Amino acid sequence: MKIAICSGPPTTGKTSVLRHAIRKLIDKGERCAFLKIDVQFAEEDEQLAAEFGIPTRKVYSGELCPDHCSVMVLGDAIQWADENDCTILLVETAGLCLRCAPYVDGGLGICVLEATSGMNLPLKVGPMLSLADVTVVTKGDLVSQAEREVFRARIQDVAPMTQIREANALYGIGIDPLVEAILETPDAHENLLLRGSPPVGTCTICVGKKEVGWQAHCGVVRALDNQNYYRGQ
Amino acid sequence: MIESITIIGGRGKNGQPEPVERIELKMGNVASIVGPTGSGKTTFINDIEMFADADTPSMRRVLINGERPPREFRNDPSKNPIALITQHTTFLSDLPVGEFLEAHATVRAASGKHPDDMIERTIAFANQLTGEPVGLDVRMTELSGGQTRALLIADATVICDTPIVLLDEVENAGIDRTRCLELLRMQRKVFIFVTHDPRIALLSDFRIVIAEGRVMKILGTNAAERQLATKVSRLDDVLSRLRDKLRVGQALSGDELEGTLA
Repeated sequence: MKIAICSGPPTTGKTSVLRHAIRKLIDKGERCAFLKIDVQFAEEDEQLAAEFGIPTRKVYSGELCPDHCSVMVLGDAIQWADENDCTILLVETAGLCLRCAPYVDGGLGICVLEATSGMNLPLKVGPMLSLADVTVVTKGDLVSQAEREVFRARIQDVAPMTQIREANALYGIGIDPLVEAILETPDAHENLLLRGSPPVGTCTICVGKKEVGWQAHCGVVRALDNQNYYRGQ
Repeated sequence: MIESITIIGGRGKNGQPEPVERIELKMGNVASIVGPTGSGKTTFINDIEMFADADTPSMRRVLINGERPPREFRNDPSKNPIALITQHTTFLSDLPVGEFLEAHATVRAASGKHPDDMIERTIAFANQLTGEPVGLDVRMTELSGGQTRALLIADATVICDTPIVLLDEVENAGIDRTRCLELLRMQRKVFIFVTHDPRIALLSDFRIVIAEGRVMKILGTNAAERQLATKVSRLDDVLSRLRDKLRVGQALSGDELEGTLA
């Protein structure tokens, strides 16, 4: 089974891109499963299940970072897709903290960015972009050709190896190259490893303590003027 | 070398095939796209800019020199032979003008051109089209509608400098249209104008007529129309002068139109 993991900032059109990809993959005889990992609300799983009749699931990560959550549940998800006799597992995550990326070695990493988001965005999203195999740029029709091209160059500066594909996620124009990339991905092997190193995720903020100020927290903490350090209870 | 661009017809909004099955434009041709608002004029030039290959809703296909264009046209802006001047009158890019132009000049990097020289020339070109000069340090987002369009046209002409140029309703730009057409016509390229403007339409070699998402027919500019074009230009110049007078707060004397309507 092939695995493709898709991340990107909110509202960039991840689900629309995947919807068009799923339609084309089904046309080519593939059997897709879809897993959505979001923080507190998602209905894409129900929409895609209704539209294509494919097995879908969602996980709310709640107080856990969604990318940490994806690391935790991916093993089970592969087994679930396998039990449903699928050939491709598509995972959509809402990577929010921009310090890690959910992509795994042996799977396809897809980053979805919107051309409307400002020229410095590629510099800000970190490994979500720099570790992606394919970067899909949406909403190109909302900006000038010149801006689209400079945005593209900024992406390539940060992620020299990523393949940039411009797509119109409303009409599904420009999705074919992504579908080809998914089909060219080899079947995932066992013992998958995360492609990038996640940040330390064991602090008390990660597990839901809301107080502001490092004095309220244990684990790895930092103050404004010093480096990270470990603070025990 | 790019010698021609061909558009193979697809289907309209209601799925009916396009009456015009094939349009071929050769280097130096100037065409106008005409049709009611919402008829699919912008879609037509977007299809061209994307090198549509039966993968857009119109199912049109675009050929360069009679062949399917290589993928690198789409994936490497330095090899893209098409510049598109869209209807946008605002930039979303938050960079200063100079920094943006430098980045775009590097992206388009035609061999042998020096970026600094290109940026200077782009600004000089833009400032011939707009009454409010554009500076290098201004943020793109702060430019007016007219400045934005002037800069886009200058960028397409100087920095992109492609053999094929698509212009979407340049007349709505709030720029010096007469000067713009003069400057553009000095270059031998394929120009495709989406337009509602009689002056621009009559300057073209032919008009591509669109309705309900379909290319209905091609009209060559005939001899009578060519003669008319001169008069239309004069009339248009008079209207431009009227507009300029009003803009700078002058009173009109009433005899501005004298002789032009004869």
